[in-house]
Amino acid sequence: MTSSRPKIDFDAKIPNNVDLASDRKLQRALERWQPNFLDWWGDMGPAVDTKDVYLRTAVDVGREGWAHFDHVPMNEYRWGVFLSEHDPDRKIAFGEHKGEPVWQEVPGEYRADLQRLIVIQGDTEPASVEQQRFLGATAPSLYDMRNLFQVNVEEGRHLWAMVYLLHAYFGRAGREEADQLLARNSGSDDSPRILGAFNEETPDWLSFYMFTYFTDRDGKYQLGTLKESGFDPLSRTCEFMLKEEAHHMFVGTTGIDRVVTRTAQLMNEHDSEDVAGAGGIPLDMIQKYINFHYTVSLDLFGNESSTNAANYFTAGLKGRWQEERRKDDHVLTDDAGAVDAVRDGQITTTEVPALLALNQDLRSEYIGDCSNGLKRWNRILEKHGIDARLSLPHVGFNRQVGAFAGQRISPEGKMISEDEWQRNEGRWLPTEVDKTHVRGLMHPVLEPGKIASWIAPPTNGINDKPVDFEYVHFN
Amino acid sequence: MTVVEDAPAPTPGEQAHPETVPQVDFDTDPTRYRHWRLEVDGETAWVYLDVAEDGGLVPGYELKLNSYDLGVDIELYDITQRLRFSHPEVRSVVLTSGKDSNFCAGANIRMLAQSSHPWKVNFCKFTNETRNGIEDMTAHSGQTWVAALNGTAAGGGYEMALACETILLVNDRSSAVALPEVPLLGVLPGTGGLTRVTDKRHVRKDRADIFATKSEGFQGPKAVEWKLVDETVSRKQWDETVRARAAEAAATSNRPADAQGIELPPLQREVTEDAITYPNVRCAIDRQARTATITVLGPEPGTVPESLDRIHALGADFWPLAMTRELDDLILRLRTNELDIGTWLIKTQGSVEGALAFERVIAEHSGSDWLVNEIRHYFKRTLKRLDVTSRSLIALVEPGSCFAGALLELALACDRQYMLEGIFEDADEEQEPAQIVVTESTFGAFPMGNGLTRLQSRFYGDDETVAALHERVGERLTGAEAEEAGLVTDAPDDIDWEDEIRILLEERASLSPDALTGMEANHRFVGPETMETRIFGRLTAWQNWIFIRPNASGAEGALRRYGTGRKADFDKKRV
Repeated sequence: MTSSRPKIDFDAKIPNNVDLASDRKLQRALERWQPNFLDWWGDMGPAVDTKDVYLRTAVDVGREGWAHFDHVPMNEYRWGVFLSEHDPDRKIAFGEHKGEPVWQEVPGEYRADLQRLIVIQGDTEPASVEQQRFLGATAPSLYDMRNLFQVNVEEGRHLWAMVYLLHAYFGRAGREEADQLLARNSGSDDSPRILGAFNEETPDWLSFYMFTYFTDRDGKYQLGTLKESGFDPLSRTCEFMLKEEAHHMFVGTTGIDRVVTRTAQLMNEHDSEDVAGAGGIPLDMIQKYINFHYTVSLDLFGNESSTNAANYFTAGLKGRWQEERRKDDHVLTDDAGAVDAVRDGQITTTEVPALLALNQDLRSEYIGDCSNGLKRWNRILEKHGIDARLSLPHVGFNRQVGAFAGQRISPEGKMISEDEWQRNEGRWLPTEVDKTHVRGLMHPVLEPGKIASWIAPPTNGINDKPVDFEYVHFN
Repeated sequence: MTVVEDAPAPTPGEQAHPETVPQVDFDTDPTRYRHWRLEVDGETAWVYLDVAEDGGLVPGYELKLNSYDLGVDIELYDITQRLRFSHPEVRSVVLTSGKDSNFCAGANIRMLAQSSHPWKVNFCKFTNETRNGIEDMTAHSGQTWVAALNGTAAGGGYEMALACETILLVNDRSSAVALPEVPLLGVLPGTGGLTRVTDKRHVRKDRADIFATKSEGFQGPKAVEWKLVDETVSRKQWDETVRARAAEAAATSNRPADAQGIELPPLQREVTEDAITYPNVRCAIDRQARTATITVLGPEPGTVPESLDRIHALGADFWPLAMTRELDDLILRLRTNELDIGTWLIKTQGSVEGALAFERVIAEHSGSDWLVNEIRHYFKRTLKRLDVTSRSLIALVEPGSCFAGALLELALACDRQYMLEGIFEDADEEQEPAQIVVTESTFGAFPMGNGLTRLQSRFYGDDETVAALHERVGERLTGAEAEEAGLVTDAPDDIDWEDEIRILLEERASLSPDALTGMEANHRFVGPETMETRIFGRLTAWQNWIFIRPNASGAEGALRRYGTGRKADFDKKRV
């Protein structure tokens, strides 16, 4: 496979701060993997035929280097390998190894767990590229198309980051897992992606913004816990990834901002809630999309009470969000926590050892963060003089994983009958009619500075460029 | 294994303290025996058990009634080795008691009661190996053992007799054979007793059940009727009959009449905190990683003796014998003294050519020359020690190694084999890639306890692969070829080697030592059961379970209450 391809000039092709040029272990692994990655990108990456795109490339981890902007052909994008700066004094901040120096090699005892954590994280990165493969064809503006591609190439780079860890630290088994990351595909019958949410298609741009707001935000929180890891290379990798992840959140937040803004404008112009006929997305439809994407993302946090999470914490593999800022003993063996439960038809909580409650702890942080977006969007409505408000549904609504799985709970948090659920489901979650309407609005707008009917233009361009900048060139 | 005696009651809760458990040394010779007398009279050797009561290996018990501890058995093992190598003229061996009172009361119960679990387990394992070795002498060395029970043989005493080919019991209206462990001590006759009664002596199971629950056992006539002994003889005819049976046994031997034995001088061994070094075997201990790296140094090609005479002249300096003695000693020492060192890395170092040259000498002569034959069986038994060693065994096949023929067995005995494909690129010296070689000896010279070769065990149920490998005898196999042939677990190259091995070892070190012991024993012994595997697997596993149960070793258990005048307080639930 590799013999027929030209040898790779690593430093030129792959910006890095891991001394790739003198690491023959990594070189050999990447020699085999990189061509496969490019094949995958060709087959499963963005389907729009572009000449080049105004993209941000990380060429270094420093202030100057991590955001280098230029027009680049997508298949020549330089996916790099970057770890944040090395802190030689860093200590493990939690668990039974608290206070010990962080590990620079994988401790054999935790090989299987660490590999699993990295594989699961790594599997989500290319999955979203696959899910978003056809979105470019219906971009509401060149600005949005560029943002989509930026997200895509960075998810690709995050895949690289995880593959780097597998290649550099997990030997042959790591290389095999890295190959599998390209062999599984989102939505595939034979070999789907590991997590359910990453096998759902992203059929339209409203879904894309919702995905980047809610589902990528789960990624942010997962990365945040891995940033605390006692395995230093994982920690440093995740810390750098978080910088890029912030842009993905930005795409989601401002995307929904602009949809809400446009809907509010249309409501005022037509003095009606039903803006569907006017080429907009009605507010209740936006609410249903929020309900759906928020709840499937909650499922990604796993069971409220988790022995895996407890083991990872005790072992020092995966900490809590902002672990070092927390004011407790960081060992948690003597503490208790409450987790959600359903007992006797009532939503309640159960007290469990704090170590077992870590998934819910992380999920609470996430929920708090998600609610900020709602405040933002409601301020937009308020500014437009509209009384209706958007909200997050109850944490038990529409859940497939954890304490609420199999329960029928309304968005307000009321236990309801199956019958009541069936009667109201179409009011709470996107229906075929809703989806068809949203899809029907998806027409590409390829003229610089122009924007689709259902969304407001952005307030600023990228990297101080004007909004009507030619972010994408076509062949 | 038991002794029936009156002794002061042990203090409740008393256990051997780590500091009172000595570093066990397996060196001895006939001038140093405290518990045995060895008299060689023509073609018969007389082995008298005459235990020094105050000669216990560990303080805290007296070896009354010819009861034994590990120290007694270390001497017995030495006797078997010297009979094999230094006394080729011996064709039968009479095992009897040097006391007037009894033959042997078995393992000392005070010793068992005060010992830690690992000590008991190691003690029983070593005794089992010595009993098996006695049977191996009868089968393969032309030295047939006759037990002359001139007094009561109880528990381990009777188990010792069971290892002999023939058992004579004096008919004096009081001497008996007995297995009182179950009724008196709440444990099993675990050194082969239960197994040999049924599997070797073919005692019916209902009778075996009665015998093993009847603390006083059976005297001569009944013991003969039930096949527990072969013959019972009056005191008057005792000496004459024993002599006759010894002579009859000797007559079946194929030992040469005029052979000269060889000396087994003390081993040259240097022991430091973290190393045990012999001329042909080295061991380096990494206490933090809890590994021992064992390197067997192969012979040099030019040193192969050109004639049998030369081999006999070299004697204990002949490389295969010297190496095997050292390896045997090392295995015993590590097993007994280094309980925390859970993983052994097995390496070899030397020329493949040299290993093969020695192999040819052994193959040529082991059928016809008694000494070469002994060496082959000694190496076989040493490999069997590895097979039943409760440590993770990992073979590392690196450039400069000589896993060829007999030495390949060391790798095949391991739980996993890692072989470097290619060379270490930053090595100082020039290297040839590692090679391994299967030879004829791989196909039968060193069978395991289950009666199969290690290759047959490895490819159990896949005779085609074994046959295909037979076609490749003598071929030098590189890492990739060996992996392809299924002879090694993995063949990482230079780039991967260090990480793969480090992670493997760290991962191994994190697993439960008990679960590993059980898992490894299950994987090593595939396929058919033999008396040997039943003893090491079924009997020992049950015994070790019983040892840790409160009904045996709890403060109110039978083992601890024995001799206190108080009855054991059993948890009555059947589990």
